[in-house]
Parts: sequence; C-alpha cells; structure tokens
Amino acid sequence: MRTSSTKGTRSTLGRTTRTTRAAGITGITGTTRAAAALAAGVLALSLTACGGGDDGKGDDGKGDGKQADSVTLPKLDGESLEVAAVWTGTEQENFKKVLAEFEKRTGAKVTFVPAQDPIINFLGSKVAGGAPPDVALLPQPGAIKQAVDKGWAKPLGAEAAKELSENYSQGWQDIGSVDGKPYGVYYKAANKSLIWYNAQVFANAGAEEPKTWDELLTTAQTVYDSGVTPFSVGGAEGWTLTDWFENVYLSQAGPEKYDQLAKHEIKWTDPSVKDALTTLAGIWGKKDYVAGGPAGALQTDFPTSVTQAFTGGDQPKAGMVFEGDFAQVNIGETEAEVGTDAKVFPFPAVGDTAPVVSGGDAAVILEDSKAAQALATWLASPDAASIQAELGGFLSPNSGVDSSVYPNAVQKKIAEALVSAGDDFRFDMSDQAPQAFGGTPGKGEWKTLQDFLKNPEDVAGAQEKLEADAAAAYGG
Amino acid sequence: MASATAAGTGPSPEGPPVPVAPKSRRSVTGTRRTVAALFLLPALVLLGALVVYPIGYSLIRSFYDQSGDAFAGFDNYEALFTDDGIRTALKNNVVWVVFAPTVATALGLIFAVLTERVRWGTAFKLVVFMPMAISMLAAGIIFRLVYDQDPDKGVANAVWVGVHDTFAESSAFPKAHPGRQSPLEPAGGGAFVTKQPVALGETVVLPLVGVAPDRMPDGAKQAAPAEPEDGRITGTTWQDFTRGKGSGTPGGVDSTELGYPGMRIEAVKDGEVVASATAAGDGTFTLPAEADGALLRLPADNFKEPYNGLDWLGPSLVTPAVIGSYVWMWAGFAMVLIAAGLAGVPRELLEAARVDGASEWQVFRRVTVPLLAPVLAVVVVTLMINVLKVFDLVFIIAPGSSQDDANVLALELYRKGFASDQPGIASAIAVFLLLLVIPVMWFNVRRLRREVRR
Repeated sequence: MRTSSTKGTRSTLGRTTRTTRAAGITGITGTTRAAAALAAGVLALSLTACGGGDDGKGDDGKGDGKQADSVTLPKLDGESLEVAAVWTGTEQENFKKVLAEFEKRTGAKVTFVPAQDPIINFLGSKVAGGAPPDVALLPQPGAIKQAVDKGWAKPLGAEAAKELSENYSQGWQDIGSVDGKPYGVYYKAANKSLIWYNAQVFANAGAEEPKTWDELLTTAQTVYDSGVTPFSVGGAEGWTLTDWFENVYLSQAGPEKYDQLAKHEIKWTDPSVKDALTTLAGIWGKKDYVAGGPAGALQTDFPTSVTQAFTGGDQPKAGMVFEGDFAQVNIGETEAEVGTDAKVFPFPAVGDTAPVVSGGDAAVILEDSKAAQALATWLASPDAASIQAELGGFLSPNSGVDSSVYPNAVQKKIAEALVSAGDDFRFDMSDQAPQAFGGTPGKGEWKTLQDFLKNPEDVAGAQEKLEADAAAAYGG
Repeated sequence: MASATAAGTGPSPEGPPVPVAPKSRRSVTGTRRTVAALFLLPALVLLGALVVYPIGYSLIRSFYDQSGDAFAGFDNYEALFTDDGIRTALKNNVVWVVFAPTVATALGLIFAVLTERVRWGTAFKLVVFMPMAISMLAAGIIFRLVYDQDPDKGVANAVWVGVHDTFAESSAFPKAHPGRQSPLEPAGGGAFVTKQPVALGETVVLPLVGVAPDRMPDGAKQAAPAEPEDGRITGTTWQDFTRGKGSGTPGGVDSTELGYPGMRIEAVKDGEVVASATAAGDGTFTLPAEADGALLRLPADNFKEPYNGLDWLGPSLVTPAVIGSYVWMWAGFAMVLIAAGLAGVPRELLEAARVDGASEWQVFRRVTVPLLAPVLAVVVVTLMINVLKVFDLVFIIAPGSSQDDANVLALELYRKGFASDQPGIASAIAVFLLLLVIPVMWFNVRRLRREVRR
C-alpha cells in the first residue's frame, strides 16, 4: 500500500521535471537566437578547418563530402542532453569526441554521465529520482527489454529508424528491437571470437594459426613443448569464461541450439552442453595448459591475463589469450605492437563452422525529445562511428563505415569479419540471460564456470548447478 | 512531523506532579518548553529524515517482494537463513566479529605497553597509526597487491616463497615432459618411465620437451648420442626440441639440441630401484649390468615445480587474509586509545606491585590489564560495530572468483540490492544487521552513562 503511493509520487515528480525542462528549452531558444547565429558561424568555420586537416591525409576529400551528406541533423541550439554509459578512460574520451562533433553540428550541449555496472540498476535509481539521462548505452539486449517493459525506454523516431535500417544488417536491428519496434541503436560492437597470440612464441615453437579445434590443441601442444604455457585465462572475472563456453557451444551445437539455450528453452542438462563442457575441459583440464594452473587463473583478472601473454620477451607467462577485439586496449599497455608482436586468429571451428560471438552497446532513448532523437540518429550514422573507429579500440557494426578508417590492419580484419558475418553472428549468450544468471560476479553462470575451471572433471555437476541457477533466474 | 515533535515535547514521561502545575511551564534553567522544542526541532527533523525514516522504510520494504508491489510477509527473512550466499556471509561475519576486534585490540595493547618503554615510542606510535590515515579503499588496493599470487608482485608470497625455498629447492626441469611418439610414458606422481625394458649393450634414448632454452641449466651442452658399451647400458636424455625448429627428428639427437645435465635416471625392476645414474652435460649416462631387463624411470623430483607460494586470496585463506589487512589498519587505532588509557593508570599501583616483588609479566597481567579493562572494552566494542559493517575491504581485496567465499553481510546487502535487483532481501539484511548492532550499541550507551554518573 505504502509502496504504491510512493510510486505515484515518483512518476508525478518525473513528469514535472520533464515539463520544466521543455519549458526551459523554448525560453532559451527564443532569447538567444542571435547567439545561436553566431555559434553557427563559428561552427561553419571550425568545420572548414576540420576539412582542411583531413585533406592533408589524402583520400578523405571525397569522404568529407560524403560525411556532410550522410546524415541530416536538425538545429538544436540551446538544447542540452545527458548521455549515460559505463565507459571509462580512453574509451570515454573517444566517445566524448563523437559527442563533441554532434554538438558542433547541431549546437546542442551534451553531457556525458559516467554510469556503473550493472547500468540497468543505475538507471533504475535515476528514473526513480525523476531525472533519467536522455540517452543511455545499454550493453545487454536483456537490459533493453527490461527498460522497455518498465516503460523507461522510448521507441526510435522515424529519422533514427531510417538511419538504422540503412546502415545495419537485419540481425543487428533485431537485437535492438523489442516486439518488432526499434529501440536500440547498436553503436558499438565487440567481436568476441578471437584468439590473440604472441607472435614470438609461435615463431619459437614453430606453431601455426589453427583453423579447427583439433589444430588448436596441436598448436597448444607445440607451444607447450617449446617451454611456454599455451593459454592465459582471466578466470577472476567470470565473463571471460562464459565467452569461452559460448564460442565452443555456438560452433559445436549450432546457432539453433544456441538460441534455444539463450532463451532457456532447452535445459543446461542437455547433452549438447555436456559436449561443449567436455570439449572445453580438453584445454581447461590440462593443468599445464593454463598459466598459473586453475588456481592461478582464477585469481588473474582480465587485463592481467592479456598483458602477461605479451610481456616477458621469449618467456611470457602464456602464448595465447582468448578474448574480443577490446583486448587490444590492454595489449597497448605493453610494449607489444598489435599486428607484429601480437597477432590474432579467429576462434577455430569446433563443429562445422567457426563461431562469431559478438557483444555490443546500444543507445536507447529514455527521455523522448527532438534532441534525443537527433542524437540517436547521429549515433546510427556512419559519420559518428567513423570518428571513433579512427581513434582505435572501437568496432562498429555499422555497414556504412568504410573499413579503411580503422587505424591498423588487425582492427580492419576484425571489423570486416564482423560485418561480413551478416546475420550469422550470435549475441553473447550471458548478456541475453537475466542478470542474476549471466552477469553477476560470484553468482550463476560466472561462478559455476569458475568452479568448473577449478574442477573440469565434474561436467555433470557443473551442468546441474547451471540448470538450477538458470531455472531460478529465468523463472523469477 | 510537526505534530510528532509537539507530542514528543514532554521528554519526562512521569511529568511533574499536578500540584506544582504552574511551575512546570519553566524548567530549572528557566527556558520555556516551547523554546526548547524550537531549538530541538532542526536536529529532530534532520535525525528523522536521515536516520529514522530510512530505518522505518527499510523495515517496511523488507516485508515486500522484489518489485515492491506485494506484501511478502516473512519470505525475505526466510531467504536470509536459506540462501547459501547469505549463510556464508553470516558465518564469515561471525569469524570477523570474533577475530578482527580481539586481534586488533591485543596488538594495540602490546604496542601501547611496549612503546611506553622505548625512547622512540612516539615515532613508533606514529608509524603504527599511519594506516588509519588511509581510506579503506586505498588499503584494499594495497593489500590486493600484497596478496598477489605472483611472488614477483605480491610481497606476502615473496616472503613465503623465500622462506620455503631456503629449505626446499626446486628442480631444473619443472615443465619437461615426453613429446609426441616418445618411448616414455607417465608413471604417475610426475615421474616418467620407458615403455620397453632395456637390455645390455643397448643405447637408450630418453627425449623430453618443454624446457625453454633460456631456462636450461648452465651446464647444458650439445646433446650427444651414446656409444654402445659391452656389459653396460648407455643412453642420452636431452631436450628434443630446438627453438624455432621444432623437434627435428623425433627421438633422434639433432645437432642443435641440448642435453639435460643432472637428470637422474633410475633402473626399476619389479618396483625396486636396482641401479641409478645422473646425466652428464651432453645428456649421456651409463648404467651398470644390474639394470639389464629393467625399465628406466625419470623420478618425479627431476620435475618438481617451483614453489609458487600460498593461495592467499583463494577460497580457504581469503577471509583471514582480509582480516589481516583490517588489523593492519585498526591496530593503530586500538593502540592510541589504549595508550591514552595507560597514561591515566596510577603509577603508584605499578610501583607498589613491583616493590611487592611482582615480575613484569605479573604486573602487566594482574595490574595493568585489569586497570585498563574499561578502555579495552570500549575499543573492542567500537571495533565490533565497525566490523559488522565491513564492506570495502572485502569488496576490493577478494577477486571475483572468491568473493562468494569472502562474503560478509554488508557486501551481500550491496550485491542483493544493486547487482541482483532484490531490494526486498537487501532490506531484510539491513534490518538484520541493525538487530545485530543494537545490543552492542546498547552496551556502549549504558557504559557511557555509568561513566558520566561517576
């Protein structure tokens, strides 16, 4: 009783805020037209300056013309927007440059709000407080659905939807939609089907890039024979382990089963899960194949798991590390050069075809306004993605992005693999699952796979534990 | 709110007797009650909004389900005692409350008593107290590094491994193992044994792989094939792998490959060692005639792994490890309070005891500690309250994989409330924590009152 009345107050509060904001905006636009005109002049100047800079690089002359045309944005002088995302460090800085370009083109003021994981709970408290950010970048399809179910998310308008359908393959549009309505613009993607390796270690061992799981095992043995531990596993963070499992499962059991398991239509006690876990145990179960042994791996966080494979000259702690394209950021912290010292090969095929597991962050509108719609349109455009792609450490599922903008050959290769997968990719399974099962440290799938890494013989036990946790999380 | 304060203005429930009613409008100091209430109002409003209301709301919320729409009765409290995560948290909290305050107080007492007697006592106190100036978060990050598994990074393991290695040395070939198509097979326990028995006059090859060239012992020379000898068994054990070239001829000694100096070889017949030899720099060895028909074994101590230290942040040690970091922070606090109490202990009593022939230990045990008992109680109780709400240290130090094992109630509250979106259960944990703190608080308040009366 009490709770419901509180809720009522909350929503009224929210509405009041919204109206005030709208009123404020009209007021400002009325009075500051002259200033806006001035700003537009400055804007034009700075844009020209930008063009000049780009021309120096050579082939961007045409791109510049294309950029100006590729997306039309309304004039939004005096409006202000808030964007929430969990990004930190360089990633945040690069994203702010994209926002700055939006500010330049429209005249709106955009503020970046740093959020914490899990962002859906962060937004929950913001919505309850009556002042949600206008746009939020949600990393899980499950979170988008949750936001829609709770009435927080607003559908994309015609402009944004048009931009989305022009630049994104059907698969990416679908995972951003709820009940057929587009809500999310997948601004950023991750290719999680990659294995990075230390080129020096492979040269020393005479090993080659494997194409199949059996070849991967052979390669691992060769690396091991040369005196280097083959794999580095960041087991302190459960999500690296779920990504291992997902790649094996997608390739071995096929996309249909993958989708079913993601929706919990088949149980985790299914024989296909058993096969995948048994396959995984082929690597996890060999004490000498994992740097530090299972106990050591469980205390290795993800950044360390990457850096330890690329430091130590001829004797790194491990020769290979599995994870997505974002591992580059961590490789950048070492002296290894991506492309020469640190190379990459796609996750080998366990079954018939090699898996492409991806992740991504989708921009979702929480406060519907012309400015918020314009920002969503901007983030769906190739222009926005190109800016951040050029800065590195970023992958866009936007097919309108010319792969030549990526700063190095490796990044380009990864991006092309992702875009060319078309609709054949599958989204990270644990990100589709309810948070309690697929996204909480020390719980659910994360914890069970950590236990499995410690004790890879107990396939059946792991399956039962997974099923019990999944049943609880999906059921409630 | 206003009506509540008005109702609460009569702080003395008995009230003054009726006959002296006219006088009751003014208190001893002559201020009117309404004025007093007016002055109290801001504090009451703040207390009500910031303390009483949140407590009340948590209490109510703890009886509602996850979404907050339906009354759930005692379901959330039932979950408190059935959920595995919360049970571990509860168990760990007990460990914390028992050990952390007592160890910190005991150390504080020792420091306080000892620093009284040294000339540089103040400097020492300053150093011990220093960790208090650091936030829990920073201390957590420091100890995350201290307990790092890698002995090159974590000082705890560096010390431990250093001590261990002075007593037990590791071997030269920790990761050596048979390559593909090897005449050797694992014999259990880390040893390797030949598949076929050897015969007199034969030369045996015992190729292994997996030792990185820069980790080879200094005495390693280019491996040489053994020469057959009559009445003896000769052979070579070497690294059948060249950097960048692979195995060359598997099982054959190639010119770029190195021998395994110091590798022990045992000849085993029916489970008994009949002869043994040690390989030379080029990997060659010779066994006497007794080895005829035996299997050759490379015993496990050739391959002993270097000791890697303790798993400080593994499931079993993580709670003691985090408690250790807490003690590091709070022993200084205990020391300062106890030292202050110690300054108030009458010297005559100590002198009298010494004159009566008591040893220093007896003086400490029978005079100092009893006199300090009230101070010790304050310190222990304060630390207990502090320990019940411990969160940051556990949250930061315990890695994700053992956070479950290091769990405490405050952390579980956070995880339930903000990570798994279970505000009902989180509220129930909060109420439960409040119930745990109340007796300790009550004890503290009562003791404080007694002190004032004295």
